[in-house]
Amino acid sequence: MADPATLTMSERLTALVALPARMVFQVLEYPLMLIQRLVGIRGMPWVFLLPNLAFFGIFVVIPLFINFAFSLTGGTQLFLADRVYTGTEQYAYLFDCGNYLDPTTCREDRFWKGIFNTSVFIFFQVSFLVLFSLITALILNQKIRARGFFRAVYFFPVLLSPVVVALIWKWILLRDGVLNAFLVWLGFDKILFFVSPEWAMFWAIFVSIWAHMGFYTLILLAGLQAIAPDLYEAAEMDGTSRERVFWRITLPLLWPNMLVVIVLALIKGVQIFDEVFVLTGGGPGTATQFIVQYIYNTGFTQQVQNFGLAAAASVVLGVVLFVLTMIQLAVTRRRDNG
Amino acid sequence: MQKLVRGLLPVSLVAVSLATSATAQTELRMMWYNDGIEGEVMQGILDRFEEANPDISVTLDVVPYKSVLESLPVQLASGQGPDIARVTDLGGLSQYYLDLTPYISDPSYWQENFGPFLKWLDPQGEAISGFMTQLTVTGPYVNKTLFEQAEVEMPGEGATWDDWATAVVEVADKLEIPIPMAWDRSGHRVAGPAISMGAQMFDAEGNPALVDDGLKAMAQRLYDWHQDGTMSKELWGSVSGNTYLGANEDFANAQVVMYMSGSWQIPQFADKIGDAFDWWAVPAPCGPAACTGMPGGAALVAIKDTEHPEEVGKLMDFLTQEENLAEFYGKTLFIPGHLGLAKGGVEFATDDPRAKHALETFAGAVPTISPIAFDLQGYVNNRIMFNALISRLGEAIVGELTLDEAYERMTDDVAKQLAEKGRQ
Amino acid sequence: MAETLYERPSVAEVVTAKRGRGGRLHWTDIFTYVYLTLGVLLMFGPVVWLVLSSFKTPAGLIEFPPTLLPLGQISVDVEGYDKPLPLFRATLEDGSVRDLAQVRRIGIVSQMVDPADPETTIKVPIGQREPVREFRLAWENYKDPLERFNFMRYLMNSVIVTTAATLVTLLINSMAAYGLSIYEFRGRGAIMLFVIGTLMIPITVILVPVYLVVTKLGMVNTLWAVILPGAATPTGVFLLRQYMLTIPKDLIEAARMDKASEWAIYWKVVLPLAMPAIAVLAIFSIMWRWNEFLWPLIVLNRSEVYTLQVGLNAFQGELDVQWHYILAMTVVTLIPVVLVFAFLQKFITTGIASSGMK
Repeated sequence: MADPATLTMSERLTALVALPARMVFQVLEYPLMLIQRLVGIRGMPWVFLLPNLAFFGIFVVIPLFINFAFSLTGGTQLFLADRVYTGTEQYAYLFDCGNYLDPTTCREDRFWKGIFNTSVFIFFQVSFLVLFSLITALILNQKIRARGFFRAVYFFPVLLSPVVVALIWKWILLRDGVLNAFLVWLGFDKILFFVSPEWAMFWAIFVSIWAHMGFYTLILLAGLQAIAPDLYEAAEMDGTSRERVFWRITLPLLWPNMLVVIVLALIKGVQIFDEVFVLTGGGPGTATQFIVQYIYNTGFTQQVQNFGLAAAASVVLGVVLFVLTMIQLAVTRRRDNG
Repeated sequence: MQKLVRGLLPVSLVAVSLATSATAQTELRMMWYNDGIEGEVMQGILDRFEEANPDISVTLDVVPYKSVLESLPVQLASGQGPDIARVTDLGGLSQYYLDLTPYISDPSYWQENFGPFLKWLDPQGEAISGFMTQLTVTGPYVNKTLFEQAEVEMPGEGATWDDWATAVVEVADKLEIPIPMAWDRSGHRVAGPAISMGAQMFDAEGNPALVDDGLKAMAQRLYDWHQDGTMSKELWGSVSGNTYLGANEDFANAQVVMYMSGSWQIPQFADKIGDAFDWWAVPAPCGPAACTGMPGGAALVAIKDTEHPEEVGKLMDFLTQEENLAEFYGKTLFIPGHLGLAKGGVEFATDDPRAKHALETFAGAVPTISPIAFDLQGYVNNRIMFNALISRLGEAIVGELTLDEAYERMTDDVAKQLAEKGRQ
Repeated sequence: MAETLYERPSVAEVVTAKRGRGGRLHWTDIFTYVYLTLGVLLMFGPVVWLVLSSFKTPAGLIEFPPTLLPLGQISVDVEGYDKPLPLFRATLEDGSVRDLAQVRRIGIVSQMVDPADPETTIKVPIGQREPVREFRLAWENYKDPLERFNFMRYLMNSVIVTTAATLVTLLINSMAAYGLSIYEFRGRGAIMLFVIGTLMIPITVILVPVYLVVTKLGMVNTLWAVILPGAATPTGVFLLRQYMLTIPKDLIEAARMDKASEWAIYWKVVLPLAMPAIAVLAIFSIMWRWNEFLWPLIVLNRSEVYTLQVGLNAFQGELDVQWHYILAMTVVTLIPVVLVFAFLQKFITTGIASSGMK
C-alpha cells in the first residue's frame, strides 16, 4: 500500500468504497464455499449467473412473453386475462399494404413511415457518426497540448440525458433561437428548422451524433493506442506519406474496433426515441417519427391505448433487431477467431 | 420475490421502505397537475380541511400533465391509482370513477350546481363523480394594440372567420408581424369553428361522424391559411400526431395578431404580458351555422378503487362548499364550473382590466355555445375524434397527404379506434 | 495522475516527429487545431448558452435577437408612486433622448415621468421608447419551482435509487460476467446469445408488460420499482465479460492451486483486475439511473417517492410551455452530472479507453 499522503483523489475514493464492499464479500464467502461444496466446481458458473438471470427472467423475459401474448389480443383491457384473443389480426393490420414501398398505400401508414424514417436516419447517422468518431479519435491520438481536456470535451455529452440534450438544442434552433440570430446577423433569413422535413431530419441526425460521438471516439482511440509503434517507425524509415500510412496501416489495424462501433451504432440507431421525440416531436407531419415513437404513441398517447397493435409492432421490431444481433455475433466471432 | 430482494440488498433499506405507513390517520392521495398557481391555491384549501378534520390527511401529488394523460389510465386499469385525480379526459376514464352519491351530504346541491357537467363525467347514468376545477371555453385573443397601431378597425360582433382572416393579415402586413393568426395545435380548438361552419359531428343515430361538409369547410380554410401565410406552419406543421402545441409565447411576445386558444390563458397572459399591450378576448367568430367555441375543462374526480370512500366524500363536500370554490376560482382566474357561482359572479383576484374583460367575454360566451359543441364535449370518445382530426390535418398541411386523403384517414382512424375499444 | 498514462511513447509522437525537426506544417496539423477549436465551440457552446439563458427573465427569453447576457429592466422609485416604475429611454418629439419612468401605458401611448421631475407627465408613443436594462440574474427561475416542492426529498430519492441500483448492477453483472468468462461450460454460448439479444430491446417497447410485472410484485410507488427492473443490464454483462476474458488464466489456476474457493477467486483476484471496466460500468449506471425519466413517471405517482427527474418536470402543465423554468430545471439536473464528470473525468476517459471495448 502506498503512503496515504501520496494517495490521489480517485484512489482515496476507491478505498472508501472498497471497505464496505470488502466486508460484504467476506461475509458471503462462507455460504458460497458451502454451495461450492454442494454443487461442485462445475456448478459454480450457474451459481454466479443465477442472480443476473433471475433479474433478466423477471424483468425482461416474462415481459417479452407478455408482450408477445398482447400482440395476439385486442381491446383496451390491461390484464391479459381480460383481453380478447384476435390471433394474427394485429399483424395482418400492420401488413395490410397496397405496395410495401409506398407507406401511403398501407392501412397503418404511420408504422411504415416509421420504418422508412428509421432506415433513412440510420443510414446517415451511422455513416457520419463513424466518420466523425474516426476523425476525432485520430486527432486526439496525436501529441497535442491539453489532450486530456479535449478528450473530456468530446466525451461529456455522452453523460447527458436524452431529454436534456434535446432541450439544449431545441432552445438553440427555435425561430427566435440563437442560431437564427446568428443567421440574421450574417444577413440570411430566419429558417424555421422544425417546419422543413429535411432540416428536421438533419438536426435529428446531427444532435444524436453530437450526443453519442464521444463514446465511439473512445472505443476507436483505444484501438489506435493498441497499434504497435514500430509499424509507424518502419513506415517513417521508408519515407511513406502520412496519407498512405493511414490507408495501409492505421485503417486495417483499426478495423475490428470500427466494426464494433458500426454495429453498436446501428443497434442504438434502431432504438432512437427520446432525443428526437423531445426535439422535433416526430414532425413536421411524420417526417421524423421513428419506429419506437410509433410504438409508444400507439400504446400510450392515444385515447384508446392500443396495447395489442403496439405489441405487434414491437415484435416486428424485435425480429429486425434479432437479425442485426446475428450479424453482430457473426462479426465478433470472426474477429475473435481472426 | 420480495424476500429475495430483501436478502439481496440489505443496504439503504431504511429510506426506501416508505410504501406503507401505519398511522391511525387516513391518508388520501390527490393526483394533480398545474398550469399556473392552482396547486398552491388548492393546497391552502386542503390545509384548512386537514385542520378541521385532524383524522384525515390529504397529500397533493403534483405530476407532469403528460403523466395524467399517459400513465394515469394504465395505473387506474391496474388498480394502482390515487383516491382523487384531476383529469381532462372526462368521459374516457369514467369507468374508473366512484359514484359519490352515498358519501356526500347533499346530492341535490351537487345536481343543482354541477348538473350539466356531471353528464360529462358519466354520460350514461346519474352518478356524481366529481366537479369541474375549471370550466374552459375556447375562443380567440387579439392584440388590440397592433390593430390600433396599424389603424385597422377590429371586426365587430358577428364577424366571420373570413372577416377576421382578412383583417389580421392587413394588420400583420402593415406592421411586419410574422404570424397574422395562430391556433393551438389541438382538435378541441378546431371543433368549435368547424361547428360554426355547419359540422354536425354525429350522424342521426348519434354515432360519431367526424367528416362532413361543415368540417371540410373549416379544414379547407385552415389548409389555405397555412399555404398563404395567414397562419405559420410552426405550430401545425412541426411535431407529429396529436401533440399539443400552443402559441402563447409568441402571442405574449407580440408576434401574433390573433390567437385562437381559450379561457385558461388568462392568468398567464395577465402575469406575462401585463400592460405591455392590450390583449383582448373577442367573441367566437361566426360561420353560417353558429358563432361558437368549445366548452371543456378539467375535473377533480373520485376514483372507484379508493379504500376510503367516506373520507373522499367528506373532502369533496368540503371542496365544493361555495366559499371554498369561490376562493379557488377567484384566485386562479378560472371560469367557475359551479352554476350558482357563475350566476352570482366570482370576485376575481385581479385588477387588470384586460383580464377582467377576458373573463367576462368567456363567461358570457357560455350561453352562446352550440348544443352540438356540448354534445361533443360530453361524448366519451371525443378525444379519438380530436386526435384523428389534428394529426391528419397536420399531415395534410405539411403536404404529406392531400386534404381528401386526410379526410379518408380521419374517418378510418376513428373507426379503427372505436372498433378496438368495442372489443371487450 | 491519469494523464501520465498517456505519456508512454505514442503512435502519434512517432508520426508527428517531423515537426520536431523543424519541418513545415503538414495540412493535417492545421486541420487538427481548427477541428479542435470548432469542437470546443460546438460541444461546450450549447451548454454554456443553456446556462446563460436559464438566468433570463421570461421577457428576456422571448427577445430577438437574444442578448448574450441575462438582462433585467431597471426600476426606479419615483416620488408620489407606491411601486417602483420601469425605466425607459425615450426619444421625444423634439428629437431629444431622455430616461423616463413609465407610469402606465394606454393603447399605443405611454405616460411617462422624469424621475427628477415627477409632476409633469409626458406622453410618448410606445414605438419611441426602449427599456433601460442592466445585467441581472433571474434567480427566481430556480427559486420558484424549487420552493414549490420538496427538493431535498427528491434529491434523496434520486441518490438512493442511483446508488442502490448501481450497487446491485455492479454485483450481479460482475458475477454473471465472471461466470461467463472464466468457465467453459455447456450453454455458455446460448446465454451469451441471450445477453446480447436483450441488449437491443429498448425498454420503451415493453413498458406495459414490465409495469404489469411490477404491479404483481407489489412494487408500484416504491423505489424498488425503479431500482430493480433495470439492474441486470446486458450492456454491463457484455462489457465486463469482454474485459475479464483478457485476464490471464494462469492467475486463476494458481489461485485454485492455493485452494482458494471460487468465490474468493472472483472477488480477490478477478474483481480487482477488472476495476477499470467496473469503474466504467459504475459511471454509466449512475448516469442511466440519474437520467431515467419515462419509467419512473409511470411507476411513481406519489410525491414522497418522486425522483428528481419526475419532480423537476412536475411543473409542466397541460397548456403551458414555460421555457424559463424548463431551462433552469435542466441546469439543476445537469449539476450532479457536471460534478461527477469534473471529479472523475480522467478516470472515465482512460477507463473506457483501456477497458473491454477492444
